[in-house]
Parts: sequence; C-alpha cells; structure tokens
Amino acid sequence: MSLLHMAILLPFLYAAALTVMRKPSLRFHTGWIILPIPVLLFVYFISCMASVQAGEELSGSIPWIPSLNIRFTVFLDGLGLLFSLLISGIGSLVVLYSIYYLDRKKEALRNFYVYLLLFMGAMLGVVLADNLIILYGFWEITSISSFLLIAFWHNREKSRYGALKSMLITVLGGLAMLAGFVLFYIMTGTFSLREIINNAGSVNDHTLFLPALVLILLGAFTKSAQFPFHIWLPDAMEAPTPVSAYLHSATMVKAGLYLVARFSPVFAGEALWFWLISVCGIVTLIYGSFQALKQTDLKAILAFSTISQLGLIMSLLGLGSAAAFYTDGSDSVFYAKATMAAIFHLINHAVFKGALFMVVGIVDHETGTRDIRKLGGLLSIMPITFTIAVIGTFSMAGLPPFNGFLSKEMFFTAVLGITELDRFDSQTLLRLFPVLAWVASVFTFGYSMMVVFRTFTGRPQFEQLEKKPHEAPIGLLLSPVVLAALAVVFGLFPNLLSYTLIEPAMAAIHPALLLPGDRFYVSIHMWHGWTPELFMTMGVAVAGMLIYKLHPRLSVLHEPLFRRVSLNLTYDAGIKLLHQGSLRMTNRYMTGSLRHYVIYIFVFLILSLGWGLYHYGAISVNMDRFAPVSLYEIVINLVLILSVIAIPFVNSRMKAIILTGAAGYMVTLFFVIFRAPDLALTQMIVETVSVALFLLCFYHLPKLEKEQTKPRTRIVKLAISAGVGVIMTLVALSASGSKLFESISDYYLRNSYVLAGGKNVVNVILVDFRGFDTMLEIVVLGIASLGVYALIRLNLASDRPEAVRKLDFANRLNKDRLPSNDVILRTVSKVAIFIILVFAVYLFFTGHHHPGGGFIGALMTAAALILLTMAFGMATIREVIPWDFKRLTAVGLLIAILTGAGSFLFDAPFLSHSFGYFNLPLLGKTELATAVLFDLGVYLTVIGITMTIILTIGRDK
Amino acid sequence: MELYMSMSVGVLFMVGVYLILSKSLLRIILGTSLLTHGVHLLLLTMSRLKTGAAPLLGEGANSYVDPLPQALILTSIVISFGVTSLFFVLAYQAYRKLGTDNMDLLRGKEDE
Repeated sequence: MSLLHMAILLPFLYAAALTVMRKPSLRFHTGWIILPIPVLLFVYFISCMASVQAGEELSGSIPWIPSLNIRFTVFLDGLGLLFSLLISGIGSLVVLYSIYYLDRKKEALRNFYVYLLLFMGAMLGVVLADNLIILYGFWEITSISSFLLIAFWHNREKSRYGALKSMLITVLGGLAMLAGFVLFYIMTGTFSLREIINNAGSVNDHTLFLPALVLILLGAFTKSAQFPFHIWLPDAMEAPTPVSAYLHSATMVKAGLYLVARFSPVFAGEALWFWLISVCGIVTLIYGSFQALKQTDLKAILAFSTISQLGLIMSLLGLGSAAAFYTDGSDSVFYAKATMAAIFHLINHAVFKGALFMVVGIVDHETGTRDIRKLGGLLSIMPITFTIAVIGTFSMAGLPPFNGFLSKEMFFTAVLGITELDRFDSQTLLRLFPVLAWVASVFTFGYSMMVVFRTFTGRPQFEQLEKKPHEAPIGLLLSPVVLAALAVVFGLFPNLLSYTLIEPAMAAIHPALLLPGDRFYVSIHMWHGWTPELFMTMGVAVAGMLIYKLHPRLSVLHEPLFRRVSLNLTYDAGIKLLHQGSLRMTNRYMTGSLRHYVIYIFVFLILSLGWGLYHYGAISVNMDRFAPVSLYEIVINLVLILSVIAIPFVNSRMKAIILTGAAGYMVTLFFVIFRAPDLALTQMIVETVSVALFLLCFYHLPKLEKEQTKPRTRIVKLAISAGVGVIMTLVALSASGSKLFESISDYYLRNSYVLAGGKNVVNVILVDFRGFDTMLEIVVLGIASLGVYALIRLNLASDRPEAVRKLDFANRLNKDRLPSNDVILRTVSKVAIFIILVFAVYLFFTGHHHPGGGFIGALMTAAALILLTMAFGMATIREVIPWDFKRLTAVGLLIAILTGAGSFLFDAPFLSHSFGYFNLPLLGKTELATAVLFDLGVYLTVIGITMTIILTIGRDK
Repeated sequence: MELYMSMSVGVLFMVGVYLILSKSLLRIILGTSLLTHGVHLLLLTMSRLKTGAAPLLGEGANSYVDPLPQALILTSIVISFGVTSLFFVLAYQAYRKLGTDNMDLLRGKEDE
C-alpha cells in the first residue's frame, strides 16, 4: 500500500464515511468538510513533481485477483502527474465554488459530495492505474458518478434523459475498451500498461492488433465526446454548473485524451491510428465550433465549445503520432511538437473553460437565466464577472496575451507542418487540415465573442430576468478569479510549465524518441516573428469579428442543419426501438401463464439431458450387474405404477389423496426392501402426517373438475410428460448400470465409527459429516413453517367467495365449541399417545447407532401430538402443552447453532463434533457425543415446525 | 430389479409432470409429491440396489448399501413435507382470495 494507493482510495473512504455520518448540521455548508480532500491531494501531487521531473517513477502494487493476473498496481509518471494535478487542482476550486453555488438548505448536499468524491477517486484511479482491468474499473466508475451527478436534480425529466444518454454512450465505449484490453491480454499475456509499453512493437503484426486499436479508440472517442459520439455532452449540461465545469470540461471528458496519449507509445506509427485520431479530431473541432455558434443557451455554447476543443486536442495527439513514422531524430521532433501543443492546450483549456463555466454559473445564479437572447448589459452590474469572462473568452478565441493564444499558434504550426508529411499518398487530404483548422478557429472566435458581449454589453433588458441581477458574492468569484489569473500567468510566462509538466508528459507519450537521460526541448514564446501562424491568427480575428457582427442575420445559424436526420433523433429512435423490440420479444414468451414457464423448463430438461446422453454415448444398459427380482417386489411395483397412473383420471379429491398416499406407502415399502430403515421410518410417518395435512387442506379447496382442454394442449402435455419419463428412465438405467469413478460413500462407511463414533452411517452423515447442510435445512423448514403461519394469519377474510365451504373436519380440530364425542378414539389414544411418545424418544436416542435420530423422533412425536389434537381438540392441546411451537423451533435452532459454535471454543471449525466414553452412575459405560446435542436441536426444531404447520392450518376456519 | 425401478421412476416422473402441467392447483401439488417420490427412487436406483446390508455398522456385514443417497433422501423427505404444506396453504389462500384455482385465470395483473 503506497501513498499513491492512499491518494486514490482517500476520496472513496471519505465518501463512505460521509454516507454513514450523522446528517451534517445546517450551520455550515457540507462543502467545507470536503474541501480539504482535493487540497490535500493537490499538495501531495505538487510534492511529487520534483521526483517525476527527475525521471523517477513512483509506483506501488497490491495483489488483488492473483489467479487472474490482476494486481492493483499504480504508477505516477509525467502524464499521470499532469492529469492528477488537473483533477485535484480544478477539483479544489470546484468544491470551493460549489459551496457558494449550491444552497445548503435546499439541496441534497451529502449526495452531491459523495458522488463528487467518487468521481474524484475514480478519475485519479484512471490516470494512475497500471493494470488495464483496474483502469477499466475506475473508468466505469467515472461514467457512473457522472450519471449520478447529471441526474442530481432527478425530478427533472431532462436531467434524467441526459444522465441516461451519457451513461449509455460512455459505458458502451467503456465496454469496447474492455474488449480491446482483453485482446491485448491475449496478445501480450499481461494487463500491465508499463509492460505493454516497454514491449511496444512486439505485437504490431498480430491479427488482433488493429481490432484492439479500434476498440480502445471507441472507448476514448465516446468518453471525450468526439463526433459522432458527442451527442451526450450537450445533454449532460443539465448537471449543476460546478459539475459541468469539473467533469464535463476539465477532467472526465479528457479521460479519452489520456487514453489516447497513454497508448500512443504502443500504437503510434500505425497509419490507422494517425488517420482515425487526426481526422476524427479535426471533424469534431469544426463541427463543434459550428454548432456552438447556433446555440442560444450559454451552457450549450460552452458544451459545443468543449466538444470542439476536445477535438482540437485529439487531432493534435493524432498529428503528434506522426513522429513515430520517422526514425530520424529531427523529423520526429518536428512532429512531436504537435504533442507538446496538445499537452499545453489541454492545460489551457482546463483553465479558461473552467473559468468560463463558472462565469456562466454566476450569471445563471444571479439572473436566473442563461439565454443570451434575454441577457445583455450586465457589464455595469457585474464588472468582476465581466473581467473574468473577457479573459476566458479571449483566451479561448486565441488572442494575446492569454494562454489560449500560445497554444492556438502552436496548433497552427502543427497543422501547417503536417502538410509536409510524405509517408502517405494523400497530400490533398493533409492540406485540408490547415484550412479546416482555420475555419474552425474563426467559428471559435465568433462564439467566444458572443459569450462575452451578448451577455455583458448591449441593451440591458433586466425586466425579462427572473431575478434582479447583482454582482456575485466574493466566495463565488474566488475560483474563477484564480483560473483567470492562471490564464494570464500561463500566457505571459508559459515556460513555468515547460519542464515541470509538459516535458515529463511528452516523455511519457514519446518514450521511443528519447535516449536514456535525454529530454525534449520545450520552450514556448509569444513572439515568433512574422510567421504564417501570426497571419492566420489575424485573419481569424477579422473573420471572427465579421461572423459575430453578422450572426443575427445569418439564417443558416438559426435553423437545424438537417431537419429530418440528426444524431440525436437517431439515438432517440434507437433507444425506442430497443425498448419496444425487447418488450415485444419478452411478451412473446413471458405469457403470464405459469404453465408455459413450466413447459419451457421441462422441454429444456428433456433436450439438454437427451443431448447429453446421446452426445457422450452415456446410454448403456448393463443388466448383468442388476439386483435379482422377487415376485413380491414386482407386485409392489405394479401397485405403485397403477396407483400413480390412475391419479390423473380420478375426479374426486378423496380418491386422488388416497391414490397419492398409496404411492407414498409403496415407496416406503421399497425403502424397506432396499435396506434403508431410516428412510422407511421417515417416509411412513411423513406420509401419515401428510395425509392428515391433505385432508385438512382439501376441504379448503374446490372440487376437482374434469379438465376441459383442447386436444392439441393435451397432446403437448402428454408428449412433454412422456419425454421426461423416458429420459428419467434412461438416466436411472444408465447411472445404475455404469460406474465411472469411485463413490465417496466408502469414506463414510469406513470412517463413520472411527471418526464420529456412530454406527448408523446415515444418521452420522446427517448430524456430523454433513451437519452444516442439515442445519441449513432445518432453517429452511423453519422459514417454510413461518410462511405457512404468515399466510394464514394474513387478513384475507374480507372478500371470501361463497363457493368456499366451511368444513367440519377443520372444525373438528378446532374444538373450542364442539367437544369431540369420538369415545373409541379418545380411549385408545390415551394409551397410544404414551406408547408413541416413548417410542419416539427411544428413536431419538438410539439414532446414532440404530435406525432413528432427530428427524424421525421428532416426526413421531409430532404424530403423537397430532393424534392428541384430533382426539381431544385444540383447547386440550393448548392446556396440556402450553408452549408456542414457533418458540420451540427457535430454541431448537439455537441449540443446533450453539452446538456448532461451541467448537470454536476448542479452536475447531464450525460444527466439529467430539465423542467419548464415560462411566455414568446407573447407566455404566456410556458414549456421549456432541452430535447428540446437535441432533436434539434438530429434534426440537422439527417438532416445532411440524406442529406449527398442522396447528396453524387446523385452527384456520 | 434396477430395470423395474427405472420404469417406476419414469412413470412417477411422467405422471408428476403431467399433473404439474394441469390447470388445477390441487393436481399441481399432487404432481410435485409424485415428482419427489420419483427423485427419491431415482437416487436409490442410481447407487444400485441391494448391494449389502443396511448401513448400520452394528450389523457386522461384509458390505453395506450406499448410505449417501439415503442421507440425501431423508433430508429431502422432510423438506418436501415443509414445501408441500406451504404449497397447500398458498393454494387454498389463493382460492379464498380469488375464487378460483384455475391456473389460466391466475395470471397476475396486466399493469405489473
């Protein structure tokens, strides 16, 4: 566990603590207790800067799923540091801003900050992870926390729509990325990023290499809102503005850029990589900037602006990868300058766009609207906000002396430079890059001017606003002021960043270009002389101003691009289609008829077992090992088969019960024949108790009626049941006729007495070898008995149909009113009960060595009690045995569990039993086993359960 | 013997499934009982029959029948008693509340 791990886990732990904390008092804003976290992280990452600059790599590793080769490994290099500083730095400012932005009395602040911390930790995890699976996991957590934050005002329809859209798109990309990672594992045998990068070039010819490339890019493009996956970002603007500033402009949307930068050492040099990224980036740039011109909502303008700026950085990363086409040092360094521009612009964008989002938040907060058609003339009221807005927008437009100017110039250098690339036969296509870049910059200039001047200058129209506007409080201004100041500082002194952040990050993206100990030369200057870039900037300013001035009159900017087709419509239609399609498909087989579901199950059983038997040639009937048959057995068999077959044909409840009971008793006889005394005893008692139960219940049920079914249905029923029957016969024959491996039964036979001190192997298995199973079984039974109790006690009496007859048998049990006058039964049972009870206790105690045990003893006892109830009525039972049988169940379970837990006292695993021989007074040498204690628990539980069931049903009128 | 038992198992399964596929709750419950019997006999048959004495070591026999299926079945018998009684109560309470035990009419509501 290194400090890096701590840095990632800290926000998660804090978020977890926040959820269980007592509701924070309203006296101060929850944000204040969150703020220390990002600040602390920021300070920590700043302190790491020196060592990263010196080329050291901090790392740590914890095994997580060793069997799958997954370790929680993290490392910090230049690229990771750059992003970590962005995450923690912007994070601190955003938390500070949110304290003044979100009302502490009205908003669910705890949820907000929990989600925000989740995001912070996950994002740090993404940029610091070395293991690809870890990276993927954190990547998805960022998607989920973004979903939660967008839907923060979840009672708004649009918030939920935007949240779902962003999650569907980013998670889809995330899954593609995971597939790409898995392909890498198949190719390289490792999930470690650093190992993959160190062995870059070794798998380039693999057939899976290009699929992996495309899949990973899908992840990057969806996350970074590249065309055509950008459609989620404008809808994500439903989130509170601090979230938009943080996730949807400064950090999360840059995760895609991070991924591209991170994988550059592996993929750079691949033509597909170069083309996909550069083209997708430049298209996104121009499309986003054009769309931004058409918006009227300030946040929507910024959203499309973010899309276009992300495209800009993306295309720069693509152009930078051209460096890998050359082996010659000077050419490579020439193209690597694009990468430098990318990193620099990434920082600049986070700074000025963060400031602008906060400005828009302030305007929204103080005026109640973000619609530029309603705004205007705020300059006189909000001078500080205006100043920040000017710095932010001028920087975005690429005007000196702000940081945006520098990176925009570097961008022009890069696109001009790429026209000289001679590796492909596509000079015309490459020449388009400077043209597109220039046009997009003009658009950017235009909307930048719109943001600032349409809001702050012009005719004031305050009467249209919901609130009376005034300057924001100092707390709200603090964060954007810091960012605006940074925009100026980075503009005037860009070299503050060159060797602290930019060079180490470049070294991480282009490791192959550096000899050991070497470093890139990074120097950024405002003035380059009268270069083509400068003339381009001048042109941009002139054309941009023109667009801004003409904007209201350009009708193309006020109508949708295509009326009938748009990506958003496609998305909506796709979602609708998926929803309806799956509904239709589900409705086709989920008919609501349980019978159909049972049919599916049985048909599947027939097919799978049949296929298995056939495919593995398992059908083998080996008659000669079969046991001999006696006439007696054949007769039992015949009785069984006949009574069973007769059941579907009878139309009286009583006949059906009796036939089922007959089948049960025949099975009991089979148990006797097949040397299973315990089973025979159990089955016999259960059968008896069951018949009593059946009789109790049958009177509550309607008469059996002849089923009116269509012939077709009957044929289906017959076919399925016959199929199951045949398959089961085959399974029984094949299994008994062959022996593929040694059974574990011999172990029980050999060790039953040696290890457990019991001679009745079946009982020993139940209470000792498989005691845990038995314990859970009685728990299940206990639940069933409580279910019966609850079902009957449920108040259903209100709407009982007339058809239900009230019945004498139930009443006979319910003897509160009518005393039984069955003299013979009463007289006989007085004696019989005691005999049965004594026998039951005998069966219980003898169970360890002879047939019997807890189950059988308990069932026998219950049978005696039921007889008592039948003869003397419910009231007598309540007098004689004044216990609540549900309590008895609980006591039994408790005894069983305590016996099991007792073995902890002797440092043995749960339910270890022990036995020994003791000389007791009167009884002489006696064996005492803790298993008997456990069996006592079973005994009491089963009595409790059986009596609860029977008495509850009997009491029910 | 295994041959006859296998046929009994088949018949028990067949009738059990047939009853489960019927409309009346009562028949369905009886069907589950028969299926349980079928499973028990199947387990016994699979481990081969009459290969020795009952699994009581006090018998002092040379060979015993397989104790494992017996332990499984014993558990199953008791469990199936609990399950059957729950089924019964569920069935007759449903009948009381809804006035029918016809599975085709017990379908839940459309808006669920």
